[in-house]
Amino acid sequence: MSNIEKNEVTSGERVFRVLNILFFVIFTLICVYPFYYLIINSVSANNLSAAGVINWLPKKIHFQNYAEVLKLEGLPLAALVSVGRTVVGTVLTVIASAFLGFMFTQEKMWHRKFWYRFVVVTMYFNAGIIPMFITMKNLHLTNSFWVYVLPAVVQPFNIILVKTFVESLPKSLEEAAELDGATTIQTFFKVILPSCTPILATVAIFTAVGQWNSFQDTLIYITDQSLYSLQYLLYQYINQASSLAAMVKNSTGGALNLGAIATQQTPTSIRMTVSIIVVLPIMFIYPMFQRYFVKGIMLGAVKG
Amino acid sequence: MQEALNDTQDLKKQKKEKQRAKNRRGIRLFLLIVPFLILVLLFSYYPLFGWVYAFFDYQPPIPLRDSQFVGLKWFAMMVQNKTQLHQIGQVLANTFAMSFLNILTSFLPVLFAIGLNEIRNKHFKNVIQTLTTLPNFISWVLVYSIAFAMFSSSGMVNTLLQNVHWIAEPIKWLDSDAHTWLKMLLWNLWKGLGWGSIMYLAAISGIDPELYEAGRVDGANRLQLIRHITIPALMPTYFVMLMLAISNFLSNGMDQYFVFQNAFNLKHIQVLDLYVYNVGMGNNSLSLATALSMLKSLVSVVLLYVVNLVSKKTRGASII
Repeated sequence: MSNIEKNEVTSGERVFRVLNILFFVIFTLICVYPFYYLIINSVSANNLSAAGVINWLPKKIHFQNYAEVLKLEGLPLAALVSVGRTVVGTVLTVIASAFLGFMFTQEKMWHRKFWYRFVVVTMYFNAGIIPMFITMKNLHLTNSFWVYVLPAVVQPFNIILVKTFVESLPKSLEEAAELDGATTIQTFFKVILPSCTPILATVAIFTAVGQWNSFQDTLIYITDQSLYSLQYLLYQYINQASSLAAMVKNSTGGALNLGAIATQQTPTSIRMTVSIIVVLPIMFIYPMFQRYFVKGIMLGAVKG
Repeated sequence: MQEALNDTQDLKKQKKEKQRAKNRRGIRLFLLIVPFLILVLLFSYYPLFGWVYAFFDYQPPIPLRDSQFVGLKWFAMMVQNKTQLHQIGQVLANTFAMSFLNILTSFLPVLFAIGLNEIRNKHFKNVIQTLTTLPNFISWVLVYSIAFAMFSSSGMVNTLLQNVHWIAEPIKWLDSDAHTWLKMLLWNLWKGLGWGSIMYLAAISGIDPELYEAGRVDGANRLQLIRHITIPALMPTYFVMLMLAISNFLSNGMDQYFVFQNAFNLKHIQVLDLYVYNVGMGNNSLSLATALSMLKSLVSVVLLYVVNLVSKKTRGASII
């Protein structure tokens, strides 16, 4: 009797296990397929892609789309802006997080607790987008590259992470440096910064992804086309089909060569190709640095 | 005698000197962080003064000092004007619906983590984890681009369905107001489910294996182990996430709804954050939008305070 029961349980478990794996395979496919679809369509013959027959495998592979898209007006510049804000923004945020995180462990600092709270409490309120817009206008930061970077330099959450990390380091490290006559700045650069690399890598990776993906700030603060980010440009490409078609005509001189139909740019081909260009850095970076991401969210949970 | 007195005076002097040096060092340390404090002041505190615009009839480019002070006009307008009231009612309904749906489905990442943990093959598990968290790291613009490629009238799904003659006319997935809330929820899940489960996966790996051992000795099957060991162990994490979600009840964020909005679905997609943007930047009613932001910020802070209080009372630990 008990034997039968045991068998029933295992068969039930087997069914559960199969269904479980099935669910995860399907959900994973749903997560991945759209990226795959964009990739195979961006490298297939454009007329076949437009006919909607490229669903599983690429056909008549060519890379003309990528070459053509890079010639689009504004795109190389937007790529430069996106790369620029990611690099500059990440460097500044990491330095500020590390420095402030370290400085707020310095008990001798004048009114340390007050200033720490002064910074950290900003996590819990914000003025709203219109007051922010007016502020940026007053500071002459609208239509400026620095609007992408400066408001994000001091991130209370990152500072808390670094501060907690520095506090967990052995006190003797700092004391030894002090005995050697190092100044606070020297101690920071020579002792603290090297020991903080794990936490700073996490901060860096989250900041970089945030900068790369940011879209709202361009939308609100920027009207100068030369400062558009890639994300914003992509958004425009999706929504302005007619002007995109005009751009396509311009880029090919309007003359439709039948032989070139496979590589003739269409609004769809441009959208998909630009999408891939925008997502590619994330797709490369993410699997490589996954452990940092995971660590990052865990630190967040510990703090929470 | 005299000598002893001198000694104590010297000692006092020395102490004072020391104290002064310490103060000087404290000030020096403070000066090092001043540049950063100025940034905080400029970008976090100074914008709060922008709230005064809510009490003026501010029409740029006319500067504030030449604008008319209107008192609580904008706040009154939200509830007095019938069309305005109706609109704000709809916006609040959308906001509450989206937040409520997200809270209602907040247990899904827990199930996801439990299910993923049941998969024995470690490599397979890692691959699934990596691939399902990828959508979390792309922007909403890219999500929309994907939605466009898949679901627009000439997109992949419609073309496929037409090619196999399931449908004659393309289904309008994006350009219609049908099931807007549900669609937004599903995109949210597509993007966030895998990532949301990571925290629970980590919590599961922290459970003492001896508990399972003991459970198995007592004759518990897999399901019972999950129900009586795994789920209770995940509850504290779940509770924190739930509390955070409640404190963010009014803040759905704007990006997702902004990229998906169009003339057809505007009625059901305009959540508070998007509405503030549309009113302020779209209609150029900066003062009304500021009044809305201000109310939202105040309510959010109160909400956070209450939630934190509840957390302290029930768990004995604050969430902030």
